[in-house]
Amino acid sequence: MFNKHKAVLLMLALTLMLLLSACQQAATATTEPVPTEDVVISIPTTPPVIEEPTEAPTEEPTAEPTVEPFIFGMVLVGPKNDHGWSQAHYEAGQYIEENIPGAKMIVFESLNSADKPEATLEGVVSDMVSQGATLIFTTSDEFEEDTTTVAANRPDIIFINASGDDTWDQRPNLAVKPPANLGNVMGRMEDMKAIAGCAAALTTETGSIGYLGPLINDETRRLTASAYLGARYCYDNYREETPGELKFEVSWIGFWFNIPGFTLDPTEVANQLFDGGTDVLISGIDTTEALDVAGQRAEKEEAVLAIPYDYEGACDKAPEVCLGVPFFNWGPSYLKIAQSIKDGTWEQSFEWLGPDWADMTNPDTSHVGWVNGPALTDDVKATLDTFISGLADGSINVWTGPINLQDGTEYIADGVEAPDPLIWYLPQLLEGMTGSSK
Amino acid sequence: MTDQIIRRIWPIAPISLALALITLLMIVVGANPLTVYQALFDGSFGGREQSLSTLAFWVPLLLCSTGLLVTFTAGLWNIGVEGQMIAGSLGASAVALMVAKPNPSIPGWVILPLAIVVAMLSGALWAALAAILKTRGRIHEIFGGVALNNLAAIATIYLISGPWQPPEGGSLRGTVPFPTQALFPLMGTSRFSPLSLILALVALVLVALALRGTFWGLKLKAQGKNLRSAFLLGVPSEREAINAMMVCGALAGLAGAVRVLSWFDSLRQSISGGIGFLAILVVLLAGTRPLWTLLIGLFFSALLNGGTFVHSRVQLHSSLSGLIQGTLVLFVLLLGDYTRIFRRKKTVMEAISDHE
Repeated sequence: MFNKHKAVLLMLALTLMLLLSACQQAATATTEPVPTEDVVISIPTTPPVIEEPTEAPTEEPTAEPTVEPFIFGMVLVGPKNDHGWSQAHYEAGQYIEENIPGAKMIVFESLNSADKPEATLEGVVSDMVSQGATLIFTTSDEFEEDTTTVAANRPDIIFINASGDDTWDQRPNLAVKPPANLGNVMGRMEDMKAIAGCAAALTTETGSIGYLGPLINDETRRLTASAYLGARYCYDNYREETPGELKFEVSWIGFWFNIPGFTLDPTEVANQLFDGGTDVLISGIDTTEALDVAGQRAEKEEAVLAIPYDYEGACDKAPEVCLGVPFFNWGPSYLKIAQSIKDGTWEQSFEWLGPDWADMTNPDTSHVGWVNGPALTDDVKATLDTFISGLADGSINVWTGPINLQDGTEYIADGVEAPDPLIWYLPQLLEGMTGSSK
Repeated sequence: MTDQIIRRIWPIAPISLALALITLLMIVVGANPLTVYQALFDGSFGGREQSLSTLAFWVPLLLCSTGLLVTFTAGLWNIGVEGQMIAGSLGASAVALMVAKPNPSIPGWVILPLAIVVAMLSGALWAALAAILKTRGRIHEIFGGVALNNLAAIATIYLISGPWQPPEGGSLRGTVPFPTQALFPLMGTSRFSPLSLILALVALVLVALALRGTFWGLKLKAQGKNLRSAFLLGVPSEREAINAMMVCGALAGLAGAVRVLSWFDSLRQSISGGIGFLAILVVLLAGTRPLWTLLIGLFFSALLNGGTFVHSRVQLHSSLSGLIQGTLVLFVLLLGDYTRIFRRKKTVMEAISDHE
């Protein structure tokens, strides 16, 4: 009897530890490939930096003007070193710190119910406000609704939600008025995704492109569709293949990044896509699994390539298989917002900001961009450049009809360029794409 | 005599040891423990908002721990408490979305009690499933519970990505916000509802009294000590096991209702937030003593709430709270049972007096 009891206790111990760690594991899993450097950040140095200027007497005879502290919050859905979506926002925060004297960022990473079940946006915002933040960036679609609620409760703080449409004058539900202290920013990623699609179409040997999608919503549908339209354009116009034979397969994992137990495992999904005949995989998720898997398979002499997403430096994780990356550069738009708040000139706005076609990698002017990866051959590079300059001068617009939805209904008529709301609120994937639309 | 005192305050031992180890770890990674503990405190009780948030997180934890007092006394390892909580959230959400939302004229004093009752029933039925699997299917409640936890989580994902998906679609975040009449009355802009705390405290007192002073409590204890003897002496063990599980499930279901109707205002993915598992830890630490259950639960709630503050203020990784929690689990399992450590062998009489 006693032994049995012990055995049960042991089982419980094991189960309990497994389960208790399960929630935390989500965080570990997404940060896994990155060194754990962020634990070692030394604390004592940071607070004085902001304290000093306030305490300095105003009549100090130096020529330098007194630096007023400007504290802003940055709420991230994933870890700040994810080589993807969240890191791009984090570095935009650093860009503000570099460009506004006295600016200090308070970061909150991995705010999602799997990684931090005890944290809510409300709680995080109240922590940030108690530390002096007057501007808070909530950098995910996940926070869109909560941001609206919290903003309504705190009219004196300005909230910027990235990727949301609450303040867009072309949104469908115009009757719902956003709080006056809420703004939206999003990068015009569509053309960059088209470039990614084009690079994939120019490179594929099997004629089959895979797309590793996050969850399904307006944003992810339009980006996936943009990649497809770019791929179709380049496959049909630049390659000696039969037009329309390109295969484009989309698999969704169910969230922006891997949450064990809740999403499909992106590593597994990426492998399945490759197993199914895809040789170029485009990523639409926040993290770099598509590239990681391609790198692993390439080590086994497989001819596979990948295109990551979100972050300019994403190729670093497996450069030899990286065709390039469409990325966000939130720095300039965030800086402009922060500056206008500091100057007291901020006005509510919805910004959907495109690239600086003259220099897509300019950190000060281009809101989105594309960088070629090491795996891009010179031939393909040349063709891709033709495509890019076509997009830049407007002679190519992949969102020109005829475009049909996945169920066959006509969406954009022949020769018509799709207007912004039809792109933003794409209701389905497009004809020619494989994968679920809802 | 001193032995008695040591035994009474024993739950502090694993906590202090874990904290000592964590402090050491902070020093090793170059963080100032004082700053960190200060931030932990500020984030949990440093101001009105923080205190209310700590209380709001504490209520469902207290409810689950209270339920677990019953099942642990009956010798049942109700790992399924997490799933029972989720079942409760689903029940409460169903009332909010399917009754309150289409009928805005029904007042809150009808909707909220209805949501609570449905949530408690859902939790109790989910627990009954685990109990019946055990008594009839001979599936240990740990394994049945784990399976049912997963099923409940999958059901949540199905509902928020399917039938209860917001009209704009897409996200796995959760449902649309519930109408206010379905929510617990909240204090100011916080997520704390005094009503929910009152319910939780009443539940704890009732359970403590029932376990202590009723025939039912005695039967559960007998069953917990030795199932077969209790059965032979006339305790209807199958029925009592199912009852105990259902009481726990009902309380966990109420905890689930508190999560969706006050902590959040909608059904979210991983709605339980691991609170059920945390409650198991709390009750193990407390050695099924109600007062300790109350205090240790509050400690954990403060720890987790403070943890987010540490993250944003000190920029120390917020998994710090998780680390403290994990270390605690380890120390509790190593040192948790005082009697087991200091008296390897004991007589039957001693064993009985230990549990007086």
